[in-house]
Amino acid sequence: MHNISLAIVLAPLFGAIIAGLFGKAIGRAGAHWVTIIGVAISFGLSLVIFKQIILDGADPYNGAVYTWLVSDGIKFEVGFMIDQLTALMMVVVTFVSLMVHIYTIGYMRDDPGYQRFFSYISLFTFSMLMLVMANNFMQLFFGWEAVGLVSYLLIGFWYQKESAIYANLKAFLVNRVGDLGFLLGIAAVLMYFNTLDYADVFSAAPSMANVTAEVAMNQQWSVITMICILLFIGAMGKSAQVPLHVWLPDSMEGPTPISALIHAATMVTAGIFMVARMSPLYELSQTALSVVIVIGAITALFMGFLGLVQNDIKRVVAYSTLSQLGYMTVALGASAYATGIFHLMTHAFFKALLFLAAGSVIIAMHHEQDITKMGGLKKYMPITYWTSLIGALALIGFPGFSGFFSKDSIIEAVNISTVPGAGFAYFAVLLGVFVTALYTFRMFFLVFHGKERMDEHTRSHLHESPAVVTVPLILLAIPSVVIGAIAIGPLQFGDFFGRAIYVLPEHDVLGVLRGEYHGWAEFIVHGLMAPAVWLSAAGVAVAWFLYMKRPDIAASLKERFSGVYSILDKKYGFDDFNDAVFAGGGRSVGRLFWRFGDIKLIDGVVVNGTANGIGWLSGVIRRAQSGYMYHYAFAMIIGLVVLLTFFVY
Amino acid sequence: MSNMNFEMPNFALALPEIFVLCMACVVLLADLFVGERNRVVTYLMSQATLVGAAILTVGLHTGETQITFGGSFISDTMGDVLKVFIYLVTAVVFLYSREYLRVRQLFTGEYFVLGLFGVLGMMVMVSAHSFLTIYLGLELLSLSLYAMVALQRDSIGATEAAMKYFVLGSLASGMLLYGMSMFYGVTGSLDITEVSTYLAQSHDKNIVLAFGVVFVVVGLAFKLGAVPFHMWVPDVYHGAPTSVTLYIGTAPKIAAFAMLMRLLVEGLGDLHMQWQGMLIMLAIASMAAGNIIAIAQSNIKRMLAYSTIAHVGFLLLGILPGTENGYSSSMFYILVYALMGLGGFGMVMLLSRAGFEADRLEDFKGLNQRSPWFAFIMLILMISMAGIPVSVGFWAKLAVLQALIRADMTWLAVVAVLFSVIGAYYYLRIVKLMYFDKTEDNSPIQPALDMRVAMSANGLAVFALGIYPSALTALCVAALK
Repeated sequence: MHNISLAIVLAPLFGAIIAGLFGKAIGRAGAHWVTIIGVAISFGLSLVIFKQIILDGADPYNGAVYTWLVSDGIKFEVGFMIDQLTALMMVVVTFVSLMVHIYTIGYMRDDPGYQRFFSYISLFTFSMLMLVMANNFMQLFFGWEAVGLVSYLLIGFWYQKESAIYANLKAFLVNRVGDLGFLLGIAAVLMYFNTLDYADVFSAAPSMANVTAEVAMNQQWSVITMICILLFIGAMGKSAQVPLHVWLPDSMEGPTPISALIHAATMVTAGIFMVARMSPLYELSQTALSVVIVIGAITALFMGFLGLVQNDIKRVVAYSTLSQLGYMTVALGASAYATGIFHLMTHAFFKALLFLAAGSVIIAMHHEQDITKMGGLKKYMPITYWTSLIGALALIGFPGFSGFFSKDSIIEAVNISTVPGAGFAYFAVLLGVFVTALYTFRMFFLVFHGKERMDEHTRSHLHESPAVVTVPLILLAIPSVVIGAIAIGPLQFGDFFGRAIYVLPEHDVLGVLRGEYHGWAEFIVHGLMAPAVWLSAAGVAVAWFLYMKRPDIAASLKERFSGVYSILDKKYGFDDFNDAVFAGGGRSVGRLFWRFGDIKLIDGVVVNGTANGIGWLSGVIRRAQSGYMYHYAFAMIIGLVVLLTFFVY
Repeated sequence: MSNMNFEMPNFALALPEIFVLCMACVVLLADLFVGERNRVVTYLMSQATLVGAAILTVGLHTGETQITFGGSFISDTMGDVLKVFIYLVTAVVFLYSREYLRVRQLFTGEYFVLGLFGVLGMMVMVSAHSFLTIYLGLELLSLSLYAMVALQRDSIGATEAAMKYFVLGSLASGMLLYGMSMFYGVTGSLDITEVSTYLAQSHDKNIVLAFGVVFVVVGLAFKLGAVPFHMWVPDVYHGAPTSVTLYIGTAPKIAAFAMLMRLLVEGLGDLHMQWQGMLIMLAIASMAAGNIIAIAQSNIKRMLAYSTIAHVGFLLLGILPGTENGYSSSMFYILVYALMGLGGFGMVMLLSRAGFEADRLEDFKGLNQRSPWFAFIMLILMISMAGIPVSVGFWAKLAVLQALIRADMTWLAVVAVLFSVIGAYYYLRIVKLMYFDKTEDNSPIQPALDMRVAMSANGLAVFALGIYPSALTALCVAALK
């Protein structure tokens, strides 16, 4: 398994290097072939690993590949830990990545940065695999930062665009905040556990449960809680949880395949994966779980509302991603890690599908992204239409579709969770179902049904996208429908994860649900009797009524509730607040230090002052070199006398 | 020599000295008979002398310490290593000078003959084992140097420089000799072993000894060019033809290091406490004055003169802790310095041509456009002189600083680093001039082939030693075992 894992990681890296450094030499076709083959190898081998670990029940693999350095007895290694959780993530990541690679051939066909793009997305696949396959915190951090870097590069892929540069800078800065917490968390792990290896940390964790540390002013904090919350701050940045979510909507400035791969299916779920991976730590801290569930619930509900007022097709999908990430986080907080990962997986498929479908629409519309200028696309783009419908139904949790199983499980799990904040979270996720259905179908109806609102020129060119675009759509649509029914049994209620995920008996909500589970068909029937399905049906109905049947009501509602509308339109003011306080404050503090500290003190006194002083001194002393020999001889005698007086008397 | 039974000295040990002496005389005579046009014969014979001496020195090397000529001559590993480096450096000096001298009608036998006698003087200094031999070697070297400075008789600057050098040098020699006579008076011997044995056994420290140490140190400081006995250095470096400056600035420094080792360490090692304080003062004053005044210079020869003074300060820093580790780092420092000094002055000569000395800083403007390769070589040299990692100059400074810190003199190391930082300015200014300024002078740079090759090798050697300094450091450590 050692060699297979190494090959899985290195194949995309190889592709990235070839396409990146020799892009000109190998040409456009060369670039996409080398990267696609690299990722395809990774996908194929990931399936092999999946089969070995999960279907054949092989023992998890945990081993070091390379010792980078040993400092003070602490090893810094590159190593792989391949268990059920990793195997699942590897398959999801490489599959979505492969689909996106193929799709990109069509989407980026005319782009001058074609090779660069392929190099980046392959590099991303490498980084993400390093992240999920890590067996120690240092490699986790490497992967974490590497995916962040590639995300930064790709958001700003069209670097001539002002808004893209703004967006990638924003993503970078916001992630700095999260990463600082993450890094502190890792530092705390190193400090208290004296190792960075997962296995060692996890086995030592129970003995640390009651250890406290003095943080400041005689405050005693549980070490585990501190570590978990710090690590979660990292997850909040990467997985875009309130209030560090602000970068994700703007990241839609990047090309659509990136939105699908990085900002929907894989990278943003790194935080979810990380918390699930750290379940042996999180289980020990009720406080941390409570923080997780509350943050998740806030994200799930309030980001959903924002989707209602967006007109940019990609931004609607982006806000739905935020909201769904909130759902996953809620599941983690309720100790239903398996459910969180389950939703992560289903979401990866249907959200990638929705994004790629949105991309297909955008290609057809000549890069017009405003849904108020679309409509009636159904008849022009049948494949995109039907695959989008599947994606939308999966997203809102229509019974039988993949999203239904995962989302319903989350709602059920939260319902019986006893973590403080679970009551609020239950309310939030339930209401969120209605909101999700509403904004999803608002978008769906406005794009594919109703009047054709685009201009004549665009309409005349409307046609279905090429096969490289539609084939990935179809390939993603299949799991979007069926994966839920297939996976719910083993993943949720079976012993799928083995020891990869650890849950304390008193937190074991899935154990309670397991007793009531009698196959996926019954789960659907049971779901029909719960409020969630009906809330989502109501959402669809309201969307149809407001945007298809009586658009005038939608407009007048907007008028009447202009206060609420403007709050939503301003996204609760997070951006304004950040711009004014953090960006503005940072700039004025910077300017202050620059004016006084840098120019006056450092440049003026310290740097130029010393230089001028020495220059002046130099000019004065050189006059001693008068050229007269008797001066020279005199200096020698003086020197002699000084030495004599010093050392003889 | 109280007992008069005459002991036959072991001439074999002094064979290289004898060879150089004979060859210098041969060259002197031969030069009379070769015509103006065949002067190159003199040059080749001089080079052959150096090669021959090197072969003899290496061939006779035994690794044992042997003393002969009634205790006034020593042959040891340190001496042999230093001598080989002196031959090497002098050979390069001759090579660099050939074209320079020819263009200025100075390509005469005197330069080479005086150069060879200077080498002989240095060899005697290196192998001296008595105060008198040290003095003898020193005077032989000094007299050759006085004459060489004055070689360009029709140049006012050169004659003035020679005059100053001669008068001040005589004053310093007088002081040195005076100090030595005090030691003779107290110990009754000039033999280094006997002096050091006496000092080790006598417990009452005679006041005369204290006077003696001061005078000896002053004499040494003058020859090294340490502040405040440095005044002659800039004027002589500036006034002398560059080929002579090159000669004065490199090989004699190696000999001066040997003189320090023989006199202070081997001879007066027991007075370490006395001379350590003096060397600290001299070292700090040299680094301060050298680095600071160099900034104000507009002539590169003067600038390099002050830079030499600063480097001498560093050399003294290595000696003054009185540890074996310090001596070897000092030796490493001086060998590296000789290599860098060769390059620096060599570059001035390479850029000069008939009627143009290329000795102003402005003359280096835009060198990168005129000759990227030699600009690169100069860049290596300047970076190395400034002691920027990873250059050999850096390793040399680091070795000295480490020796200081091991001897618990961290404060002195800090002072040294501070002055090195100041010194970096004027080295990097040359880099700036070469790479970022525009040149007004577009005449082509066409040095002779041997010059071109030697200069490149010189620069690349500095570069290579920066990457792999351990061979040379190991040699220095072995030489001082």
